Amino acid sequence: MAKQHENLAVADALEAKLPTKTMTLNMGPSHPASHGTVRFNIELDGENIVKLDPEIGFLHRGFEKSCENVSWSQCLPYTDRLNYVSALCNNFGFLSAVEKLAQIEVPLRAQYIRTIGAEIHRICDHLTCTGAMAMELGGFSPFLYAIEARDLLWDRIAELTGARLTTTYGRIGGVNRDLPEGWIQRVKDSLDRVAQLRDEIDVLLTHNRIFLDRTRHTGVITKEDAVNFGFTGPCLRATGVDYDIRKAHPYWVYDKVDFSVPLGSQGDNFDRYYVRIEEMKQSDSIIRQCFEQIEPGPILVDDWRYALPPKPEVYSTIEGVIGHFKLIMEGIKIPKGECYAYTESPNGELGWYLVSDGSGRPYKVHCRAPGIPLMGGLEHMVKGAILPDLIPTFDTINMIGGEVEQ
Amino acid sequence: MSEKALQRVAEKFPEAVVHGYSQHGDETLVIERGSLMDVLRFCHDDAELDLKMPASLTCVDYIDEKPRFELVYTLYSITHRHRLRLKVRVTEEDPSVPSAIGLYRGLDYWEKYCWDMYGIQFTDRPVPVKRLWMYEEFEGHPLRKDYPLRGRQGLIPERDVQDIYRGPGPGPGSVPSQRAAVARPSQLPVVK
Repeated sequence: MAKQHENLAVADALEAKLPTKTMTLNMGPSHPASHGTVRFNIELDGENIVKLDPEIGFLHRGFEKSCENVSWSQCLPYTDRLNYVSALCNNFGFLSAVEKLAQIEVPLRAQYIRTIGAEIHRICDHLTCTGAMAMELGGFSPFLYAIEARDLLWDRIAELTGARLTTTYGRIGGVNRDLPEGWIQRVKDSLDRVAQLRDEIDVLLTHNRIFLDRTRHTGVITKEDAVNFGFTGPCLRATGVDYDIRKAHPYWVYDKVDFSVPLGSQGDNFDRYYVRIEEMKQSDSIIRQCFEQIEPGPILVDDWRYALPPKPEVYSTIEGVIGHFKLIMEGIKIPKGECYAYTESPNGELGWYLVSDGSGRPYKVHCRAPGIPLMGGLEHMVKGAILPDLIPTFDTINMIGGEVEQ
Repeated sequence: MSEKALQRVAEKFPEAVVHGYSQHGDETLVIERGSLMDVLRFCHDDAELDLKMPASLTCVDYIDEKPRFELVYTLYSITHRHRLRLKVRVTEEDPSVPSAIGLYRGLDYWEKYCWDMYGIQFTDRPVPVKRLWMYEEFEGHPLRKDYPLRGRQGLIPERDVQDIYRGPGPGPGSVPSQRAAVARPSQLPVVK
């Protein structure tokens, strides 16, 4: 494997170097060895990458523009489509940001439900990442195991939210639906099966010679560079920087559960892969702890300025009707102000910079998708390496077109 | 903790800071455009601030105010676990700020974003700024408040499709000369 970041001009003095021209290679937008629609303009010297210019935006749908033209609660379906593998993390992240702006305290049970949902989707996201990575490096079976496990969890998500992918779950001030009957036991059973499949993937890949050759010491990034590029999430933790928002700035009920933050040391593709495997085990434990701790209670704030009144009130009292009418017809009035709120989504810090002018529609919704800085650092990670190193590196940064291209 | 960070920058650059405030626990400094690079460099290098991570850069279009655009830098310190938000106002006539990618390489994509979506120009960039999401032939900057919500600029002619959501008829963009941003009235078809 070619060493990264070394001066290509320095060759062995005894080697007869043929003067060569660099070649430009177009890879993508639709390439079998990369998932997502992104086009790479690669300048190659022999097989080494001299320059990499990723062209993104094939999936751009005008997320922010759309959000600025609808009411606050109508933004929620758009956030599903950001990271479509883990929609609940986006839903809840956005809602937390709006709640920070409106200074709403969410009921405890809703916070537990949010934590459970986000952690289930974190497992789904990591399964997709590791599975797709294995597939693109030539191992097809782990991908099938990952997809089987992911669909099991998606079935549970469908029972909770009514949709596998576009969940639109949660409301400003809580969640809109309580856990279904018998759901907790089904999730526990699913998690048992997911754990088996996850260990299967782990065993198949972690000691696999081909996999190790492709991933170890490739796509290396140092701590300082990773921070400078704005990396967050597993990609930052793989370099050894202990920064997990769930620990650093606990939100929801992450301060009530016991979990550890897996860290890497090399900052290479293997560490990024293995941090994800370990994180899945932690998420599994977080979900089970939440099931132990969760208690009955309200799931939505009792404030009719923000949350819909209960249906019996709507049908029997004038206040209920008016509250319902005003929320539906005028939308939720979020007080004037601005805030930056952030949660730990599977790929890193999902930040929201929101500006409200008090009119009932967002003035500005900026989504700091974790994938954008990762894409920005991709060229640095593969510069000087050989072309095949690009594939695992692009896999481990786990670019999701929906959130990077918005 | 971030209160201290805000105080420290404000004391170091008394004439550069226009305004400093804290809302919902987010410390914000509005600074002059001329001293943006000095403030950023101080934030990056100073050991007590240690704001090494560029969390994000975005822009807000306050169309009724002057100066019109506001650039919002969010910086984070991993060692001290604090955040600081820096804001710079730029006018519509001269929407340019010095590029900070020499200091924070992670801002590269965000600068592309601000150019693409708002038309903010970044000076002193080692590589010219390109559009992040839109294609190079695109005219205008879609997140500006005066860009229409349904402005369509197709690169290939659009078919004359009766679209019940966007109204009937061929869309602007079907003729190459009409590619400029045109608002499309949301006409609902008459149901017979």
